[in-house]
Amino acid sequence: MEHYTMNLTLKVWKQKNMKSKGQFETYQVKNISSEMSFLEMFDVLNEQLIAEGKEPIAFDHDCREGICGMCSMYINGRAHGPWHQTTTCQLHMREYKDGDTIVVEPWRANAFPVIKDLVVDRQAFDRIIQAGGYVSVNTGNAVDANAIPIEKHKADEAFAAAACIGCGACVAACPNASAMLFVSAKASHLALLPQGDPERKIRAINMVAQMDKEGFGSCTNIGACEAECPKGISVENIARLNREYIGAVFSGGSDNA
Amino acid sequence: MPLNSKIPQGELAAKWTTYKSTCKLVNPANKRQLEVIIIGTGLAGASAAASLGELGYKVKTFCFQDSPRRAHSIAAQGGINAAKNYQNDGDSVYRLFYDTIKGGDYRAREGNVHRLAEVSANIIDQCVAQGVPFAREYGGLLSNRSFGGTQVQRTFYAAGQTGQQLLIGAYQALERQVALGNVTQYSRHEMLEIVMIDGKARGVIVRNLVTGELERHFGHAVLLCSGGYGNVFYLSTNAMGSNVTAAWKAHKKGAFFGNPCFTQIHPTCIPVSGDHQSKLTLMSESLRNDGRIWVPKKQGDNRKANDIPEEERDYYLERRYPAFGNLVPRDVASRAAKERCDAGYGVGASKQAVYLDYASAIDRYGKIEAGKQGNHNPDAALVRELGKAVVKEKYGNLFEMYEKITGENPYEVPMRIYPAVHYTMGGLWVDYELMTTVPGLYALGEANFSDHGANRLGASALMQGLADGYFVIPYTLGNYLADDIRTKSIPTSHPAFEEAEKAVRERIEKLMNIKGSESVESFHKRLGKIMWDKCGMARNAQGLKEAIDEIRALRKEFWSNVRIPGNVEEFNPELDKANRVADFMELGELMCMDALNRNESCGGHFREEYQTEDGEALRQDDQFMYVAAWEYKGDSSFELHKEELNYDVVHPTQRSYK
Repeated sequence: MEHYTMNLTLKVWKQKNMKSKGQFETYQVKNISSEMSFLEMFDVLNEQLIAEGKEPIAFDHDCREGICGMCSMYINGRAHGPWHQTTTCQLHMREYKDGDTIVVEPWRANAFPVIKDLVVDRQAFDRIIQAGGYVSVNTGNAVDANAIPIEKHKADEAFAAAACIGCGACVAACPNASAMLFVSAKASHLALLPQGDPERKIRAINMVAQMDKEGFGSCTNIGACEAECPKGISVENIARLNREYIGAVFSGGSDNA
Repeated sequence: MPLNSKIPQGELAAKWTTYKSTCKLVNPANKRQLEVIIIGTGLAGASAAASLGELGYKVKTFCFQDSPRRAHSIAAQGGINAAKNYQNDGDSVYRLFYDTIKGGDYRAREGNVHRLAEVSANIIDQCVAQGVPFAREYGGLLSNRSFGGTQVQRTFYAAGQTGQQLLIGAYQALERQVALGNVTQYSRHEMLEIVMIDGKARGVIVRNLVTGELERHFGHAVLLCSGGYGNVFYLSTNAMGSNVTAAWKAHKKGAFFGNPCFTQIHPTCIPVSGDHQSKLTLMSESLRNDGRIWVPKKQGDNRKANDIPEEERDYYLERRYPAFGNLVPRDVASRAAKERCDAGYGVGASKQAVYLDYASAIDRYGKIEAGKQGNHNPDAALVRELGKAVVKEKYGNLFEMYEKITGENPYEVPMRIYPAVHYTMGGLWVDYELMTTVPGLYALGEANFSDHGANRLGASALMQGLADGYFVIPYTLGNYLADDIRTKSIPTSHPAFEEAEKAVRERIEKLMNIKGSESVESFHKRLGKIMWDKCGMARNAQGLKEAIDEIRALRKEFWSNVRIPGNVEEFNPELDKANRVADFMELGELMCMDALNRNESCGGHFREEYQTEDGEALRQDDQFMYVAAWEYKGDSSFELHKEELNYDVVHPTQRSYK
């Protein structure tokens, strides 16, 4: 692969804090290597800003290998940028060419208030998990790990749902800012396994209630969430949660009959 | 002060059982009055918080990330070891114990490691009960794979995302306790000081990273689960935020630092591509199950990998270590790669890389699959297609990650890999109960100096983090707090809190007032370069002495010329980073001192002066069979204490994987 360098124009959302009003600022960066990651390009910009005595751009990031779910940029109108099933930290600059303009915004959703610049508060997701995204088993209560065989395809399906990294791209991509993909991925992961079965109904009811309380929008089956999900979480999970939820509501959430 | 490791008396296999049956207990009513502070929410912290919350303690957790689920345990790829012997291949608690002691090059405690092996099986049970979706076979039972340094298949995994799945399991257990009101969690908070009252750890000062406010929190005990310090090298496989600050603050308050120079350099990482590099990405050790590592037999061979014929390739691990081949432990594999590259056989643009090749695995799997279909004479294209599908199922996400980063397709051309800093075996010295030398202050997981000796085996970090949190601390903490049930919560208006907060405030002001001209990042890079060049994969006395002088000079420069933009009372990542880099500099100096003191080679610590004729690590058991525990004595001043290691069961020999 040929390596090259490029000069870019960046239009980045700047917002001092949760209460203030934000606006776009324009920056120029030069000699960006095609081998850099998108965030390394931001590192270059921030070093440049610090050298000029200006304030760097705040953005969330941590593992930089696509698994922690911390990075969260909305790049040229797409959550995590243009690459399919890729987090911002794994997007590399060979996607861009000399002279390109790139617009970078934070996740936009009422339930994800902006803390500063591109950094948003996603604690709503923690509270949704607290509402029921777990198996109620205390340490020390477990039976032998092989005591309950689980069909391979079910285990694989549960794993595919559990691969969610909780980044919030689904919410950012959805015109309604719905969190259904996130919630349904967790509900599915646990409902597909025998260990999660006893609580599946109450879990569905409580997690959905918390989601609504946090101010996420409704799901209208647009599918942008799956398209932009860096881990390829399927909208089939949403269909499953809807079934779980309806079944749970009609049975009063009290049993699994 | 003599170090008391508090290893229980009696037969090795009975020590933990004896401890559990005789340790002191706290009754449920008293647990409700006892407060525990936990710093860090990775595998060790989240599992400890969940388990202690379940027991009824009042727990507070703190993490610098925006959610406990982001802790860097999440990035662990390959798997978690457990002595289940589900494969009937000769595994046992003793084997796991033995492999870990040997893998650690005889620098770990027998008692601790045996306990780790004993509880390993419970961890798998617990995780499955939580809904962790481990890989399974068609019969519905759990699948295992091999890892380095062992000859059995004892590694449980969830594709290449085992750490993620285990952490999500622990995180969910933690969130359940939050919902039940037993745990209060604080995200985007960083611990900046330990509060000591009457010689005991009684609380912390934390900074709210969103508002910049300093907060005081009381605890009857404080648990540091804050991970390792690999980022002292700037480039490592750690997350960008991983840091030593919590452990270093504890060290300065009297907690000894154990074996700081023991660093794990992981053999299979994506090589550095340029000066812009901000971190390195690991390619799971599980890839060495099927991948073959090689370099050209000819120095400076510039042909493309696929143009180099089989007979002109040097599969140097298979050549040097026929018994373990590509699955030698990490320290051995890393040094062997460095040796080939230093000798001029490296590949890629930088020549600082070796090949990890899947061609023969694809061919082997393809033929097996064709055979299953009854096709015993398949053409090459079909074999490749079928073989690629098998490799994709096993390692697909890793291959994708490699392609995203390098732009090369590893199904078609061999991956280029090179060793990178990955894990730190060193850490806060703890006794058998995981307590540091400060009463009431504990260290769990990678933050302690731990059970891995001088080299950790693959898939053992997850095991240790969860062992400490789920199965060890619930017992050992009770043994301490049983004597503390009459201690009422101390108000944070206590002078000790005032004083600690004042010290933190002054340091932050000092940093902000430097108003120099060089960025924090730039200092961090310079520190990393010194550490990698002189305290990295190979070390020698002269280089280490130079490194100590260079770090001291760099520190001075940092404190007079660092530039931190923004203000204190706001979200300010540059200030957070400055706090961390300042601590890394002090730690770096201690690491070099420890490496200089240890006149031997063992595990990941390779002193060039001490090697066998064929370049293997040469231990000096008569002089260095001890844990080096360093006491902070003021600026750049550390006193060495030795904890002698006694091997009652295993007989230390020169490690051989030939």
